Amino acid sequence: MSKVLMKGNEAIAEAAIQAGCRYFFGYPITPQNEIPAYMAKRLPEVGGCFIQAESEVSAINMVYGAAGAGARVMTSSSSPGISLKQEGLSYIAGAELPCVVVNMVRGGPGLGGIQPAQSDYFQATKGGGHGDYHLVVLAPSTIQEAVDLVMEGFDIADQYRNPVMILGDGMLGQMMEPVEFRPLSSKRELPPKTWATTGYTGDRPRNIINSLFIDPQALEEHVKRIYRKYEEIKKKEVKVECYNCEDAEIIVAAYGTTARIVKSVIQKAKREGMNVGLIRPISLWPFPTSTFEEWAQREHVKAFMSVEMSMGQMVEDVRLSVNGRKPVYFYGRTGGMVPEPNAILSEIKKVIGGVSR
Amino acid sequence: MTHQIIIAGFGGQGIMLMGQLLAYAGMLEGKNVSWLPSYGPEMRGGTANCNVIISDEPVASPIVTEATAVMVMNRPSLDRFEGAVMKGGLLLVNSSLIDKKASRDDIEVCYIPANEIADQLGNSRVANMVVLGSYIAKTGVVSPASVIESLRKALGPSKEHLIPLNEEALKRGAECVKECVRR
Repeated sequence: MSKVLMKGNEAIAEAAIQAGCRYFFGYPITPQNEIPAYMAKRLPEVGGCFIQAESEVSAINMVYGAAGAGARVMTSSSSPGISLKQEGLSYIAGAELPCVVVNMVRGGPGLGGIQPAQSDYFQATKGGGHGDYHLVVLAPSTIQEAVDLVMEGFDIADQYRNPVMILGDGMLGQMMEPVEFRPLSSKRELPPKTWATTGYTGDRPRNIINSLFIDPQALEEHVKRIYRKYEEIKKKEVKVECYNCEDAEIIVAAYGTTARIVKSVIQKAKREGMNVGLIRPISLWPFPTSTFEEWAQREHVKAFMSVEMSMGQMVEDVRLSVNGRKPVYFYGRTGGMVPEPNAILSEIKKVIGGVSR
Repeated sequence: MTHQIIIAGFGGQGIMLMGQLLAYAGMLEGKNVSWLPSYGPEMRGGTANCNVIISDEPVASPIVTEATAVMVMNRPSLDRFEGAVMKGGLLLVNSSLIDKKASRDDIEVCYIPANEIADQLGNSRVANMVVLGSYIAKTGVVSPASVIESLRKALGPSKEHLIPLNEEALKRGAECVKECVRR
């Protein structure tokens, strides 16, 4: 199939449709408005349903309902809107339902700004809503990767009966790149949705979608069972890219669009005679802990540095993974400011100067 | 070769379209491309700019900080982006709307009376295509045919009648680059 030039937001919406998503419930917010706009136009053409809800809270609960009925369903928003969806996300995770949620992150806290940011990392990877749960969080750095991850995300959600979040940012949503809509390289065995509330006809036990467990013993058992599922996800679903790590003196950790900027910096550093590597977590949860562990044990790696569009969030997971084996530094911009290649390079030089002394 | 391009002007001048046509044409010619718009609470008459990368290599950062070429369609854009041209790079100035000369002496500058040429062609809205014509003629980054094919896709069949006008605008722009100044 030939390539098309598409905006990140539109490509994500089309990928969802091609993955079989037929229901979308959302509420407008910059910088992700092209997703609902595209869905509003395209879903009726494929026999689906688009609803612009009266609020984000309403939209996520419509997702809860459609997911409970066994449909492939998606919602999208940006930071403040995703905060509003947290209650529903906790319920969906508690009720073990599959869905895909896109967060095109903008600067915060509060209403913040509309320019790209990565300051929702904690919210996305540590639960976000109340209770013991995780979302599977996938962070694409190109539009092609966003398309591929949205398609796979629906499968992951169905396989584990767990919400999957696509964590992008305003830049990924607004920019255009060539993309190809291609079938997934790996086919998953997806369990039939025998639990879905599709209407009782007497030929199976009644299905109930629920996240309420009044008996604490039953709730603990329920949560522990979900966590055994998470252990399996941690084993099987880690995605990570290592770039130029062989012989690297310093390894930068960066994800999403920031990782692209870091790649440019690495090329520049190479021309100046410095060996800099990049570990790019693609799944932010599960986090590629063992990848960091492995590289932290290499003699040639003197230090790590997390570069983010935040005040330092993923750096905590990098530190936990490196676990004191090597120093971990941080450089970030926030509020919608994007780190400049030269500023990253001078931070890298500072670290190299410090560790080789 | 990696072409790192900044295009800037005011909203309504077709800045975003210029960038999209370039990126699309690059894609048609099998190059790696990216198009990154400035976005915000913007409107007709406000500032608009976009970054385009056309490269033989995969595009790393889509942000252009050191441009191989900058196209400025109005005065504030010249003030803001002249400094972003890399040493030895190219600056294309819409001299119809910018009465100031560029101050750099380490770059090549083309002054293109884009709006005057567009008016001669009978439609002031093709000023952007005139400058684009200058840029592709000067650099050879993509062919005029690829740009026209991209435009055909962007306009759709109902606006097919606008294609000859745009072809002419590209051609007139290409003629202007004979007078570029390298200092």
